This record gives sequence, C-alpha cells and structure tokens, in this order.
Amino acid sequence: MTTSEAALEGKRRTAVGEGVRIFKMAAWLGWQAESNWTDPWLFVIYSVIKPVAGTLILVLMFAVAGRGSAPELFWASYVGNAFYIYVGQLLWGISWVVLGDREHFQTLKYMYIVSPSMGWYLVGRAAAKFFVATIAVLIVLGFGAWALGIPVTVRGVDWALFWPVFLLGIVSTAALGILLAGVSLISSNHGAMAAESLSGALYLLAGVVFPVDVLPGWLQPVSLALPHTYWMEAVRRAVLGHGISPMLQQVSEGQILLILALTTAGMVLAGGGFYRWAETLARRRGLIDQVTWN
Amino acid sequence: MKAPPGSPARAWWDWKYVRWLLELNLRAVRARAYVRVVATGREIMWLLWEVLLPFMATAAYVFIYRALNAPPAYLGFVILGGAMTAFWMNVLWAMASQFYWERYSGQLELFFASPASLMAILLGMSAGGMFMTSVRAIGVLVLGSMVFRVEYAVAHPWLLAYTFLVTLWALYGLGMLLASVFLLYGREAWHTSNLLQEPVYLVSGFYFPVRALGFWVAAGATVIPLTLGLDAMRQLAFGGSPWAIAPDAVGLFPPGYEATALTGMAVLFIGAAYKALGRMMWAAKVAGTLALKH
Repeated sequence: MTTSEAALEGKRRTAVGEGVRIFKMAAWLGWQAESNWTDPWLFVIYSVIKPVAGTLILVLMFAVAGRGSAPELFWASYVGNAFYIYVGQLLWGISWVVLGDREHFQTLKYMYIVSPSMGWYLVGRAAAKFFVATIAVLIVLGFGAWALGIPVTVRGVDWALFWPVFLLGIVSTAALGILLAGVSLISSNHGAMAAESLSGALYLLAGVVFPVDVLPGWLQPVSLALPHTYWMEAVRRAVLGHGISPMLQQVSEGQILLILALTTAGMVLAGGGFYRWAETLARRRGLIDQVTWN
Repeated sequence: MKAPPGSPARAWWDWKYVRWLLELNLRAVRARAYVRVVATGREIMWLLWEVLLPFMATAAYVFIYRALNAPPAYLGFVILGGAMTAFWMNVLWAMASQFYWERYSGQLELFFASPASLMAILLGMSAGGMFMTSVRAIGVLVLGSMVFRVEYAVAHPWLLAYTFLVTLWALYGLGMLLASVFLLYGREAWHTSNLLQEPVYLVSGFYFPVRALGFWVAAGATVIPLTLGLDAMRQLAFGGSPWAIAPDAVGLFPPGYEATALTGMAVLFIGAAYKALGRMMWAAKVAGTLALKH
C-alpha cells in the first residue's frame, strides 16, 4: 500500500468511525427526545398501548365478521399487522426528525454545523423508534400466541428466511423514511402529513391485513410493485409457514428474496438520492433553518 | 371578568353591560371560528389529504370485511366509523391540545390578555372545528359510500340528523373540557393526545359494532360520546327503529335513548368545561406551566 493509499484508507476509516459515533449519539438523543417526558416504564406502556389497541381492533373485526371461520387468514393478518408497526414508527420517526428539529426544537441548523453526515444522524434517530417498535412487535406477537392461539413459536420460525427478509424490509422502510425526510426538508410543517399518508397508503396497498387479491384489478399492479407487499408476504411465510395471498403463492421464497433485494436497492438509491437533492435545494433556498410553525 | 376601561360599568342588572359582554364574547366566538372556517378550503392539498388519509385506512378495513364475506351493512359501518375518525382527531389535536399549540405560536398569552372569556374562544374553536371537520368527514363518507357502493336505509332522517349534531356537541364539549385540563401540561399533552387515538378507536367501536366488546365494556366506553353516537347513527342509517333494537341488529341501546343521553352529555361536558377552565387556569398559573413551552 502506498502512502497516499494508506492516507485514503485512514480517512475512510475515520469517516466510518465518525459515522458510527454520530449514529450512537443520535440514537441516544432520539431515545431521550422520545422518552424523557416520563419515567421509562410509563413510556414503555405508552409505546405499546397504541399498537396493541390497533391489533385488538383487527381481532374484534375478525370476531364479529369471521366468527372463527378463517383462522389462517386471521393469523396472517395478525402477523402482518404486528410487523407493520415498524413501518408506521420508522416512516414517522425519520421524517419527523427534520420537522421536529427544525420547527420544534430549532436545532436542525446546529446539526448541520456539527454533523459531517446527516444520513447517520437520521438513521441514528430512527434507531430509538426501531427499539420501541421491536418491543411493541414482540408484545403483540406474544399476546397473539398466548391469548389468541396464533401459531407463532421460536422453534417454528424459519430463521434462515426471516433474518434476510426482516433486514431488507427494515432497510427499505428506513430508505423510504429518508426520502420523506427529504420531503420535510423542502416543505413546511405540513410535511408531517406525508409520512402518515404514505403509511396509510402502504397499509392498504401492501395487503398488510388482507390478501392483495381482494384489491380492485387496477390497484393490484401498484401493490405488486411495492417492496412492502413482498416483505409482508415473506415475513408471514417465515413466521407462520404460509402467506396470505393466493396470487403470491406462485412466487417462491427465493424469488421473493430477490424481488425484495432489488426493490430495496431501488428504494435506498431513491431515498438517498432524493434526500441529497432536497438538501441541495434547501441549502440553496435557505430552508434549513426556516420555521413555519406559526 | 374584569371590565376594561371604556366598557360600561360592571353590573349584571345594567343592560348596557350585559349587551356589551354578550357582543364581545359572540365576536370572540365568531373570530375564533372564522379562522377554521377559512382554513377549510385555503389549503386544497390539506383538504385532499385529510379526506384521502382516513379513506385509505377505512378502505383497508373494508377489504378485511370483504375478504371475510361479511354482511354488506358492515362495509357501511366501517365507512361511517372512518368518517367519524376525523372528528375524534380534530377534538384531540385541535381542541384538547389546542392551548398547547397556542403556547407555541404565542397566542395563548393574547387569549389571556383579551377581555373576552376563554370559554368564548373554546366555543369558537368548537364551531369552526365542527365545520372544518364536517367537510372532511362528508368527503370520506361520500367517497367511501360511492367507491364501495354502500346502501343506506334511513327511516328516521330527522332523528339521524339530530343524533349527529348532538354527538358533535357532546364530543366537542369533551374536547373543551380536555383543553382546560391540558392547560396544566406541556409535552405530556401532545403524548396524551397521541395515546388516545387507537385505544378510543377500539373502545368506541369505530370499525365494528361496539356491542362486540361485551355489554359492560361497551357501556363503560359510552363516556366517550362517539360510542353512543356511532352506535345510534349506525342503527338509524341501516333501518333501525328509534325506541327498540331489532333482534338481528347490532346496537347497544335503542337510538332514541342514545340521542337523549347524548343531549345530557353535551350539556354536562360544556358545563364541566366552564367549571374546569377557571380551576385549571388558576392551577396552571400556580404551577407555572401556563407559558411553559416544553
């Protein structure tokens, strides 16, 4: 290795080390911003009540209309709904960082001054949301297995399928969150609605709680183009051993993984690219420290 | 209330003073409502999102019932519930938490400095909020009913209209009461509103007939006016009679009784809000949280 190559390698290592340091700091900051308004136990209860209530709505809908006639559909909907907690938390969490820091705490400009990488900072802030979402998902799944007889067991999970699928889904969702953070960067405080809208749209289009087959024909291609449709299907296969959609049954696990990997790569490129573009625009127009709250 | 300089002498038997006070507060009601009425159509994108967002969540629940081959009336139940979510969101975020937002925008101090009663401000917020949210709710109702071809069988339109209006007043009365309670809190107000979304969707039966929760749980949930309001409106919109529950119907109580109870709740909540406002204002002043921004 020449001297210049060694210097380059050193710089790269320093950049990675700095990124990891920012990630850790942002994760801790995210946790504090999320939780320090109350004591930790109350915060945990607060964090799980919402998703558990959402899940119970689903349970009661199946109870009144399904009357126990479609257990496999119920299980698949339940598991989909549980893992969807990540989508809601991450999309909202990442995009809200920009709005919260810029409008509420008015610290975004300082983050731009001190942080060499906003990407690490955004992902770090999302880590707190990921942690909270994980607790909620585990509680919802545990409740389902214990109280509702949903066949979810540690031994029954196909871990070889689960881990790559899970990671790809999380990366894809985080990339979408970064894209939304870019939207927030160049919009006023109403940008928060984008995360909620997108989250609602994905809940509908990705067939989180029903088979995509029941969507109108013109919406099905849209559904099949989304990584989250495959994520939900693959997670169900890994956790329950079966999916929810007759249409997706024809797609093998390997094909689902491939589609998920490709769509996730596309999402990462789109999310990162869009954020950079939005950042350049925001700098040019002086939007980094705008306050549109009032 | 202290009469400012230039106002008639303070004496309840003095007609000039009473008239001045009435005019002042009615002007305050109109002014506070006006902001929301004008805001209804000012941001067309907002209007679009605020119709589409609840519609997408509602549509997902409709597709669950479709996948379960539920009776057609259930689609109507969901659409009606989905439309009413707009009111609950408005009460939480634009009534209960409103004073919290006003602190941030610096308006709260102005409200306190104004000679008008804070109750007039709250009434104006309610009237404007009802108008603004009705536009969105009607949008969801019309769009959902058209897209999913819901057939209604309204036998008592006047009672249905009365139930709707009295539900709104009882609900916004609750919002006024919560607004005064939230005066005491800072960030907790935001989190409390956030916490009260999904659990209330669950216990008030937004997406399924509330009777499915069991009589006593459902009866307990009637403290939230939307529980009774939704139950009554569902019965009246799908052929129910005012003073009896049909054997195959899904109502909790006959709709006529529910409308009567809602009338009492409207009076009770608005009266309680008036009482609570004075006490909470004093308590917030003593605790020093009135102008606390974080």
